[in-house]
Amino acid sequence: MALLTVENLTVTFPSRHGSTNAIENVTIHVEPGEILGMVGESGAGKSMTGAAIIGLLEPPGHISSGEIRLEGERIDNLPPAAMRRIRGRRIGAIFQDPLTSLNPVLTVGDQLIETIRAHLPLTKEAARERAIDWLRRVGIPAPEKRIDTYPHQYSGGMRQRVVIALALCAEPRLIIADEPTTALDVSVQAQIIALLRRLARETGAAVVLVTHDMGVIAETADRVAVMYAGRIVEVGPVAEVLTHPRHPYTAGLMASIPRIGPRPEILPQIEGAMPRPASRPAGCAFAPRCPYRIDRCIAERPALRGTGAAQVSCHLAEEIPV
Amino acid sequence: MATPTPASAPPRPAPAGLIARALSGDVAWSFRHSWSARISALVLLILFAAAILAPWLANQNPYDIGELSLFDSELPPAWAEGGDARYWLGTDTLARDVYSSILYGLRLSLIVGFASVALAAVVGISLGLLGGFVGGIVDAAIMRFADVLLSFPTILVALLVNGIMRGALPPAQHQQAAIWVLILAIGLTNWVQYARTVRSSTMVERNKEYVQAARINGVSRAGIMVSHILPNVLGPVLVIATINLGMAVLTEATLSFLGVGMPATQPSLGTLIRIGNEYLFSGIWWVVIFPSVVLVALVLAVNLLGDWLRDALNPKLR
Amino acid sequence: MFGFLVRRIVQSVFVMLAVALIAFMMFRFMGDPVNSMVSENASVAEREEVRARLGLDQPLYVQYARFVTRAAQGDFGLSWRNARPVSTLLAERFPATAELVLVAAGLSLVLGIPLGILTALRPRALSTQTLQFISLVGISLPTFVTGILLILTFSVWLGWLPSFGRGTVVDVGWWSTGFLTTTGLKALILPSVMLCLFQLTLIMRLVRAEMMEVLRTDYIKFARARGLSDRAIHFHHALRNTLIPVITIFGLQLGGLIAFAIITETVFQWPGMGALFIQAVSFGDVPVMAAYLVLVSLIFVTINTIVDLLYVVLDPRLRVDGARGAH
Repeated sequence: MALLTVENLTVTFPSRHGSTNAIENVTIHVEPGEILGMVGESGAGKSMTGAAIIGLLEPPGHISSGEIRLEGERIDNLPPAAMRRIRGRRIGAIFQDPLTSLNPVLTVGDQLIETIRAHLPLTKEAARERAIDWLRRVGIPAPEKRIDTYPHQYSGGMRQRVVIALALCAEPRLIIADEPTTALDVSVQAQIIALLRRLARETGAAVVLVTHDMGVIAETADRVAVMYAGRIVEVGPVAEVLTHPRHPYTAGLMASIPRIGPRPEILPQIEGAMPRPASRPAGCAFAPRCPYRIDRCIAERPALRGTGAAQVSCHLAEEIPV
Repeated sequence: MATPTPASAPPRPAPAGLIARALSGDVAWSFRHSWSARISALVLLILFAAAILAPWLANQNPYDIGELSLFDSELPPAWAEGGDARYWLGTDTLARDVYSSILYGLRLSLIVGFASVALAAVVGISLGLLGGFVGGIVDAAIMRFADVLLSFPTILVALLVNGIMRGALPPAQHQQAAIWVLILAIGLTNWVQYARTVRSSTMVERNKEYVQAARINGVSRAGIMVSHILPNVLGPVLVIATINLGMAVLTEATLSFLGVGMPATQPSLGTLIRIGNEYLFSGIWWVVIFPSVVLVALVLAVNLLGDWLRDALNPKLR
Repeated sequence: MFGFLVRRIVQSVFVMLAVALIAFMMFRFMGDPVNSMVSENASVAEREEVRARLGLDQPLYVQYARFVTRAAQGDFGLSWRNARPVSTLLAERFPATAELVLVAAGLSLVLGIPLGILTALRPRALSTQTLQFISLVGISLPTFVTGILLILTFSVWLGWLPSFGRGTVVDVGWWSTGFLTTTGLKALILPSVMLCLFQLTLIMRLVRAEMMEVLRTDYIKFARARGLSDRAIHFHHALRNTLIPVITIFGLQLGGLIAFAIITETVFQWPGMGALFIQAVSFGDVPVMAAYLVLVSLIFVTINTIVDLLYVVLDPRLRVDGARGAH
């Protein structure tokens, strides 16, 4: 059984000028222990999908259709108290900016112990032991001393380690990591990704890794879902999608990654910009920027189709040479 | 139509001063769409008219003791039991018609308010220009002083200035000089905001090319700056002045209420409330309530209009 | 931390010297002090003799130094109005004002913070909208009008509470307190309500704004994502961050309360320093005005220093910076 299944998820933002769908008909599944990468430009809906899964959409945004199941149990319509017990305990979350994710006026230990005791029946002392243990596991030196210090006394990379410890300290089965390295120094990014991967393997947790960095996906993820304008345009095993992208958008993303090679060339760019939710075209959302566009693309929205592990939503998926 | 409408005028690239913006229609549009602004403007219009026309609207001259008849003292409002139709808001202990007193008191409150705002604006703009233009130690001294002034509550500073002037004047002149003392005390307390606004504008303009060019051409830099800066700061200064008017009216009322403002022989709204307050326990509520209502209406209307004006002239600041 | 403290105290001393300079100038240049010392037909020689005795023939800076020395010992001379030592007058009046201001400040905090939190957590509730409207009216009403309305309602019409004076006071050493008698406590109610009302609305609005701001931050979002309870999030995580700026404003406003007490004391004929100051203003009694100015400034400065220190204690980020500044 899949750990997480998201089926036909649509998130709607009502407004005075009619409602818009931030994400539409998103369907993904995550197997126990696997790492699913979600890529796309900012505004494509990757973070929104993550927020919907942990039940923390910003009002007035809400799930208007579809369902989310965790280990077979529906979690998208749970009462707030039940959802709160899932967050942290069964689904952990890591956010983008470690500088702002930690409460500046509470010590790291306060925040860890509080989180552990919110989910596990431990005494203060036992929770503290566990907190120190977790700080050690995420690679904080001298955790017995650092536990009583404040977040501003840590560097950015160290803070993100603390954030990871906070997300994992109740050993959730699933971790939603939303751009966990974007705000960090390049030199630190790889360490954090490696740490995340190691901890996921150790605890057997699955990870949904939201990022716009194809390189991170290539190194880390087992499977990848590519999002564009609120929809999934291509999903499949990393090796297959990255080497043989079948959606023109994925192909464009791949082509725009700089590579170290003998001939430096001009990086190809995808012309134009992603349409905003309110002004998405009726047909394929990528059509206006697509070099292979045919009339059908403008008229009809392609469904996500394909057999086996990889699926793609493009009318020309079989014909485009890559 | 003989005159071209603003809408038909070609779009201006960047409307500079207040006048240009008013012409471009933004302010007018915003006014038509703000309930509070329209009601406040109406209330103010009525109050201003009442103050200006006080001698014609009033039933008696409350300053003229000869007109008063002590038989008519402490009458309740006309609709209450024992009321007299000639005094529809009742009379006070000296048989003064409350309605007429309010009209004259409103007049005095507004005179003090406007005069002290004008004084504060002149002092503030001058000091702001001076500080911004000369810079250095002069600027530092002005701004330091402004900081210290701001760190004390307005009412305390106004009371101090008031007290110092009273100390300097012989007691016999206190009554005649009361209105001038008030204007000075309130005006000299409220100049800081004007100075800060004008100073920062001046600092920006000082380094602009036209100022440098003027110097090369032998034109006085100060002269050209003043003529450029004043139109630019007109909008902010107007906003400050409007909000300040509310403050000034309130400060005047407070000082008069405290007994260090307008004397009982020449009552402003605050003095009327003070007089009424002394007779609260005789059950003469009308002497205190009606002037209070007018004062609150006046201050509230000015403040709401000020808030609206600030938003309308500078949408970015909202 | 220590360096910060020293810096803060040095600053405060400079502010106090500036205030003393203003007070000194009031003394020196308002009226001729000699006139109040000698008879009207005194000869020039007599006047010069008095002038020398008072030290008025010395250079200004010497006079200023002497003024500061005496002021630091609480000596502001005699009141021009009733010829008693200013320090005695102020000492008599100080407890009344202090009790009034403390009760008002306490009330505004005790009511303002919970109301601010309540309205922040339920922004759309009817109770919130009602409170917001009442606070708008509260801010718009001149304080003395509020006071008069309170007297009209609770003293004149309902007859529940006294409208003037302090009731029976008990002397504890030199301090006369109204806290120990029923009449004293009853007399305190209306004045402190009037004095706290503006403050209360201000604190409520401030707490509300800060709390709503804090609830939007990433660390609150992350705390929710960890499954913490609303209670823990609102009161453990959000409140602390909310209260740090509130403390600063409260400190600044505490000074304002002392100034506004002047109005309250007039409305309720409360025998405090403010009422004394108003008398001094209306008679141009310079020694009392000057002493009041210096005393109130001293209280301001002290409160501000305490607030700054408190800020450092509450915000761990500043604690480290302060320590660094000391090295």
